[in-house]
Amino acid sequence: MSGTPDDTKPVNFTVKAPVYLQIGDAKADTAHSGVCVVDVNLPFGKPVNIEEVTFKNYYTAYVTVRLLRRNPEQEAPAKWCTAMRDLPLMDNPHTEGGSQDYYTIHRTQDPEKEVSDWLSDLTLTDQHPDLEGLPDPQTVSSSIQQMWALTEVMQTNQTTASIGRFDVDGCYDISLLSLT
Amino acid sequence: MLTGIELSLTIAQIIQRLRGSHLHSQIERQAKECLHQPDVKLESLKEDVRSFLKTSGWERKLQNAVYRELQLPPRHPPAPPEHLKEPLVYMRKAQASWEKRVLKSLNSMSTELGVPLAHMRPAAEQKELTNKWNEMGTDEPDLSRFRPVYAPKDFLEVLIGLRNPNHDSSEDISVRSHWGLIQVPLNVRDIPHLREAYSELNLTSGQMGIDDHALIHPAVLCTHSLFCLHVSCVVVMEEDSAAAQQYSRQGCPTGLRADLWALILNATNQPQDVMHYEQLKAGVIQHNLLVDNLIYKDVKLTASNDDYYFVFEDFLYQVLLCFSRDTAVLEHFKYNSATPPKSYIQGEIISVIPFHGFSMYVAPLCFLYNEPSKLYNVFREMYIRYFFRLHSISSHPSGILSLCLQFERLLQTHLPQLFYHLRQIGVQPLRLAFKWMVRAFSGYLSTDQLLLLWDRILGYDSLEVVAVLAAAVFAFRAENLMEVTSLASAEAVLADLSTLKVMPLIQVFLFATAM
Repeated sequence: MSGTPDDTKPVNFTVKAPVYLQIGDAKADTAHSGVCVVDVNLPFGKPVNIEEVTFKNYYTAYVTVRLLRRNPEQEAPAKWCTAMRDLPLMDNPHTEGGSQDYYTIHRTQDPEKEVSDWLSDLTLTDQHPDLEGLPDPQTVSSSIQQMWALTEVMQTNQTTASIGRFDVDGCYDISLLSLT
Repeated sequence: MLTGIELSLTIAQIIQRLRGSHLHSQIERQAKECLHQPDVKLESLKEDVRSFLKTSGWERKLQNAVYRELQLPPRHPPAPPEHLKEPLVYMRKAQASWEKRVLKSLNSMSTELGVPLAHMRPAAEQKELTNKWNEMGTDEPDLSRFRPVYAPKDFLEVLIGLRNPNHDSSEDISVRSHWGLIQVPLNVRDIPHLREAYSELNLTSGQMGIDDHALIHPAVLCTHSLFCLHVSCVVVMEEDSAAAQQYSRQGCPTGLRADLWALILNATNQPQDVMHYEQLKAGVIQHNLLVDNLIYKDVKLTASNDDYYFVFEDFLYQVLLCFSRDTAVLEHFKYNSATPPKSYIQGEIISVIPFHGFSMYVAPLCFLYNEPSKLYNVFREMYIRYFFRLHSISSHPSGILSLCLQFERLLQTHLPQLFYHLRQIGVQPLRLAFKWMVRAFSGYLSTDQLLLLWDRILGYDSLEVVAVLAAAVFAFRAENLMEVTSLASAEAVLADLSTLKVMPLIQVFLFATAM
């Protein structure tokens, strides 16, 4: 196969047991929070360039990959950066799609964000919801008002005469209508 | 859309699969022969050969083959082959244990009756069978000792018992939110998504079989029908699989259905296909399998008793006896998802163990094809693409499990009162609809309506329409069902579907249901 880099080798790593995050004091009998952290440790000392990360999912809906990076030349302490945020692994967390699939995250997919603290990413924007494809609320409400006024008028002027739209030559009776 | 890496992977996989295929050697031979032609010059060899292959129709055949390969899922390098067949481990286990149960049942039948699983026929019997090959239906063997290995309702019990081990079911059964039978959380589509996916079935689109009704005087055939007929003729002449599939979504004209289906399924009747069929026939004549008796019994019990299909009894034997010995079917399952219930019998692999009603998958096709090897090829393609999913445990969107769940969900969402009423009188709607879905409605609808339904299965490459039709039938008979007070009367309301017109039912259910 042409085009794929063949000089990648798997790297030894150790995986710690998953730790479920809790807010406040951890209580033994509460249900899992639904967010857990899995630490993956690479061998100490040798610098490695991560090309891709491959894993098998087991009922995780979204995954965020964070790296503790240190520039080998500099003496500065290692910094946490987010390589991938909230990558969806399951289309719908309540259904089976993607629940046990194999995934590969390539280096080229990383948005290369250098974030020191993920909390700083949270910003509230005051936006009007996107109205593309939907009718303008003002025209809809004015036409509804007109319709309401019309029904009020009709209710006060009720007659007992039949509407007559289903009368064709007098032989068509709505109760004889059938599909077969 | 595929990324650059995924695209080159997919291309490499397709090339690998097509390399060494018969089509590959045919195209190579054609390319070599065209070198003798005067308009193929050395300076522009590559372009001239390519344009020759294009004008002679070989490029189109290659396109069809690639299109067929694209229907298969792309292979992800770290995933093992069984993952591609079925990604969920608990489903794989359930299917494996079901296969074991079926095989065990067959083995114990063999021991009980004292009939070997396979034995060679004596020479006299072989000669007799060769002479009688075209009229096996006249035989009246004693089949009273044989019983079907399993019936659809046994399979339904297995499906109902499936549980996702990761699902927290610590809640009490009485507060469980599911009121249906299927407890597996598969992703199934609801009406809004179905409307998008099946937009060609919209109430405003013309459908074959409704809008070209015979009431119209033949000389005044409406322009829509004429146009459709013209398009379908062009599609058949151009031998374009993808166009045929798209076309089939609005129904096939009766006269062209056989060609269109063969095109969509890429079921050619080349000399090597005929030869393969003859080899299978020779296998049938040489060996007698226990499974053969089950096939005989099934045909006698189902198709032969059916007003529409009894005339095809002989064809059915000719197809099914060969099919049960066709190991090439297993080859396709290497890269099609799910494993068929295969088994080894004294060193010989048989591919499919039939269940009660299996012959009904073949019977409707007899209306379209009267040449045994062509009929066989088309049936085999239909089976390995669609029908096997109706009796295998998998999470595939066209698998019977998804269809059952989709049927229940559609009913619960859009006919909740009916669902509740039926539960109140102790009836689970799925138990009534399951037998229809497992046979893709064969034997329950009238044949012309069934073929219109199967047009859509081929056109959309999915069995979802089967679940939608099942829900639509309940919607249609909802008023009567609301008045029943017992299982027996519910069954009576739904006993006869032979007068139903499937396309109006599906269209109204999908596009006219209030949301």
